[in-house]
Amino acid sequence: MEHEGPKGVKDTKHETREVRGREGISTGPSRLRASRASAPSALRDPEPRNPAYERRLRWYRWQRRYEGYFFLAPNITGFLLFTAFPVIASLALSMFRWDLLTPPVYVGAAQFRELLFTDPQFARVALNTFYFTFGTVPLRVILSLALALALNQGLRGTTAYRVVYFMPVVTSLVAAALVFQWIFNGNFGILNTFLRNLGDLFGLRISPPDWLNSTRWSMPAVMILNLWKNVGFTMVIYLAGLQAVPQELYEAAEVDGGGAWAKFRHITLPMVSPTTFFVVIMSLIWAFQVFEEAYIMTKGGPAFATTTLVYYIYLNAFRWSRMGKAAALAWLLFAVIFIFTFFQVRMQRRWVHYEAERE
Amino acid sequence: MLQPGRIALHVVLIAGGFFMLAPLLWMLSTSLKEPGDIFIYPPQWIPDPVVWQNYLKTVSIMPFGRFYFNSVVQAAGVTVLQLLTSSLAAFAFARLRFRGRDLLFLLYLGTMMIPFPVTMIPNFIVVRLLGWIDTFKALILPPAFSAFSTFLLRQYFLSLPIELDDAAYVDGASSFRIWWQILLPLTGPAVATLAIFTFLGQWNNFLWPLIVTNSEHMRTLPVGLAAFQGQYRVEWHLLMAGSVIALVPVLAIYIIGQKWFVRGITLTGMGGR
Repeated sequence: MEHEGPKGVKDTKHETREVRGREGISTGPSRLRASRASAPSALRDPEPRNPAYERRLRWYRWQRRYEGYFFLAPNITGFLLFTAFPVIASLALSMFRWDLLTPPVYVGAAQFRELLFTDPQFARVALNTFYFTFGTVPLRVILSLALALALNQGLRGTTAYRVVYFMPVVTSLVAAALVFQWIFNGNFGILNTFLRNLGDLFGLRISPPDWLNSTRWSMPAVMILNLWKNVGFTMVIYLAGLQAVPQELYEAAEVDGGGAWAKFRHITLPMVSPTTFFVVIMSLIWAFQVFEEAYIMTKGGPAFATTTLVYYIYLNAFRWSRMGKAAALAWLLFAVIFIFTFFQVRMQRRWVHYEAERE
Repeated sequence: MLQPGRIALHVVLIAGGFFMLAPLLWMLSTSLKEPGDIFIYPPQWIPDPVVWQNYLKTVSIMPFGRFYFNSVVQAAGVTVLQLLTSSLAAFAFARLRFRGRDLLFLLYLGTMMIPFPVTMIPNFIVVRLLGWIDTFKALILPPAFSAFSTFLLRQYFLSLPIELDDAAYVDGASSFRIWWQILLPLTGPAVATLAIFTFLGQWNNFLWPLIVTNSEHMRTLPVGLAAFQGQYRVEWHLLMAGSVIALVPVLAIYIIGQKWFVRGITLTGMGGR
């Protein structure tokens, strides 16, 4: 196969590449590289006894071998210090009880056992987190796909719509949570005023919930804020995915008499499935880590109704000084994220369609 | 062009757009009201009278100027450090060959899925032991070395033809010069995007600054705003004025450069996180 190309040219290229690889040197002045490629060392250097040249050669080789570490050094120092080391440290920490004041006490796996089997708060918090995650992620995916489809029709003012729907993404979550806290206010909140007026319009007497003070409605309020804030982000990702769908497919479907639904079902949906895959995975990962919405709007309440896993980690570590327990919780969070991501990746063959696999 | 389907779509999109904008408009409206006008029925969308005084009061109660300063220093510090060190490391991973390279890269990749709370606790303990609580060191250094941006930039560098480097080496350029003068300029848009989102992410970052700052004068905007809420629970006009103050610069930048934001997401698949 290799000999089919233009004579010689291709082959030499392959050869030099190979040599480079073997010596562990990727690049270098071509003069040096060329000399390396040929024959015994005594004959290799054009000026064998020139000490200045030898020195330069050595310097080049030294540089080629070690400069990678210099480029890496600033980043990897910080990475080891603030990411790699803390990962290991928190794993170790998860097996201790430590309040930062008295010496840590080793308890081993007991910490995890307690969390999983005897801590009623943990069960509550885990349930809340799942409730939040599975309440928001499907809605988020569906809404953002619908919006992206709408904005992909070449309507007038598409840019303006996009700017508006994406705006919450760039707003600070704390500021957004503050205004939503005000909007959800039970007596004077604009949402309840709106709902009551809507009821009056249809001659109904509606008594909307006191959102943030209700164990039943506070979590939906947190979810609404989260959706408002993030739907624009996934919408833009979907827009990019949609724009990559080849128009010929739709034209072909039209020729075959396919209607709008058929086109959506059999072309759009499979063609954007890689985007959906990405969106679902990322949304799950983020949803499991929800914190600020609840911290600002509800303080985790009422009665733990909106205390999520990360909130519980925060409380344990920074309110109750239970560093070990907080670390163990963080690892449980990681385990949940890992399991869900793992299954998504395993399941993707069933529903994700990659163009490259067609052949 | 005036098909009923399209009109219906416009109606739906406008209604949806109203729900997206309404909270922000309500925030602005409330921030300009007299305390007495806040709870009246029916609610006023346009405040009458318009009370600019609320902003002066807010700024005098809480040192928002200082919060701004802290936020800018923190976000800019993290962004500059991160882009600089990540792109150097990305260059090494993409273009240079050295022992242990692939293993180290695997280590970077391996940590990308680990959620922030895992590293947050040991980092907090270390920062506390070092006496860094309430310093810019604590605000800037731990978040500044991200595996994610290194990974992203490495992918971009890999997409550029190696012949560029080869040609420059032949001309006697050093690796450092190739990084600085050839690859970085060529990845300009990607780097700019990464810079925008890193900055935005840090600007809105809450949990880390919350735990490493105690005193008022070291708080960033989100943390300051949260503390403000703790003290003025029901003074909505002031809380909303504070929120507007925190939002305006970011929204202004967004509206001016919205193309970059959107392009950035499609380039990188990331956001202000």
